[in-house]
Amino acid sequence: MAEGRSSGLRITVTVILALILAIVPLPEVLRPARPQLLLLLVIYWSLSSPRLAGLMFAWLCGLAIDVIKGPIFGQHAIAFAVVAYLTHKNQLRLRIFPIYQQTLWVFGLLAIYEFLVFWIDGIIGSPVTTWLRWLPVVTSAVLWPVLVAVLDTWNRSRR
Amino acid sequence: MVTLSSDSRPIIGRGPPLGARLFFLAIVSIALMVLDHRGGYLDTTRSWLQTAASPLYAVIQAPFQAWNWLTGSFADRSRLRSENSELTDELRTARVKLLRFDALAEENRRLRAIRNASQGIGERTLIAEIVRIDVDPFRHRARINKGSEDGVFKNQPVLDAFGIVGQVTSVDRIGAEIILISDNEHAIPVQVNRNGIRTIAVGTGDIHRLSLPFLTIESDVKAGDLLVSSGLDGVFPAGYPVATITKVNRGPAETFAIVEAKPLAQLDRSREVLLLWFDPSKEKPAGNLAAEASAPTATSPAGNDAAATNSPPAAASTPASQDAPTARAPTRSPPPQPSVQAPGQ
Repeated sequence: MAEGRSSGLRITVTVILALILAIVPLPEVLRPARPQLLLLLVIYWSLSSPRLAGLMFAWLCGLAIDVIKGPIFGQHAIAFAVVAYLTHKNQLRLRIFPIYQQTLWVFGLLAIYEFLVFWIDGIIGSPVTTWLRWLPVVTSAVLWPVLVAVLDTWNRSRR
Repeated sequence: MVTLSSDSRPIIGRGPPLGARLFFLAIVSIALMVLDHRGGYLDTTRSWLQTAASPLYAVIQAPFQAWNWLTGSFADRSRLRSENSELTDELRTARVKLLRFDALAEENRRLRAIRNASQGIGERTLIAEIVRIDVDPFRHRARINKGSEDGVFKNQPVLDAFGIVGQVTSVDRIGAEIILISDNEHAIPVQVNRNGIRTIAVGTGDIHRLSLPFLTIESDVKAGDLLVSSGLDGVFPAGYPVATITKVNRGPAETFAIVEAKPLAQLDRSREVLLLWFDPSKEKPAGNLAAEASAPTATSPAGNDAAATNSPPAAASTPASQDAPTARAPTRSPPPQPSVQAPGQ
């Protein structure tokens, strides 16, 4: 179980890092383009260690985002859980995809996530209707191959 | 594929099925959302969780604080000197203004004493710093570094040296979140300083622009007019500057004019803001005064009075004080013109 513990530690470290990067101040121009790093991590860990990073993990990550930036509790949490569900459901397929195809899938998952958040925003009566809000989908999808490369290298060197 | 690792066994057969777990989490999330949004039952929980998140904020602040400290300690002499002389100049002009203000305040107090109405002037203030945290690029929220330990409370007004900045939306132990007046969920009751017309200034989501949707085309406003808070919501104290009107667009076929204003507070620049404690119960006379002040010029503002009073004070003002309804009733103004419908609620 030493394996499990070390990847547990890795998951914790990356999640804390992602939370910090989620609220670190950026220049005004780049602010709408901030990638959803934590969501990418949830997808990554759901694929690479699905027994540690289950739906509950994803939900808690979403709740953390709700605490630091959400207008209400549960909004990002439910979106994270749905994305994690879709990832777990298709994990055997996703893992053998070549990277470009995987990126396309991740793009789709991110779009679903943004749509859920947008939808709930609309229900609670504070919709953000500018097109800029969909920008993180693109920037995050672009970031996915980089993230996979970095984390895979890290995981392999530690094993 | 690259993401293969040793822990690659699928999770089939471990615990309840995936769909059931998603269902359970969805139910919990929806319950949370309903409790939080409809009832506001989770304020304490939120404040605890945000307190728990404060180490994150501290980590992000650390480099900025270190940089400030460094630049502060290595600032060269000439810069300090020029800064000093600038500040002296500023202080001198401020003193001169204050002299006039003192005279006016004295006169004001006398007049109010005659009217047997006292407005709470002895307000307590506290300086807070805006924490460098990006909350959400599309919402004008900010975090400040004073919380319930310093007595900050929900719906507390926040100001800077130039005008009203916003109000506190949630408080935790060592920090609080504020909503700026430019957020599109915020609205603040204001009156035109020149003639006392009352209306509501709504945030647009643009930091340099407020919109005044409830002014009819006949209302007596023009570009350059100063808008001050009217204090009718029981949240903001009366008489503080909010914005100046930049654009008045009267379409002859429309009922309401398109009026825009520019916030006076430096919403995008100020790092230091002022928290204000005041007693809303003492604000009642001010509201009545405003109502009466607007009455003499009330041929056209009647519609605005109706508009301002009919429209719900939106997200901004919780109808906290019981005084508000009495203060709002436009006692002396003539009935609203038939052309003025109640604005879209």
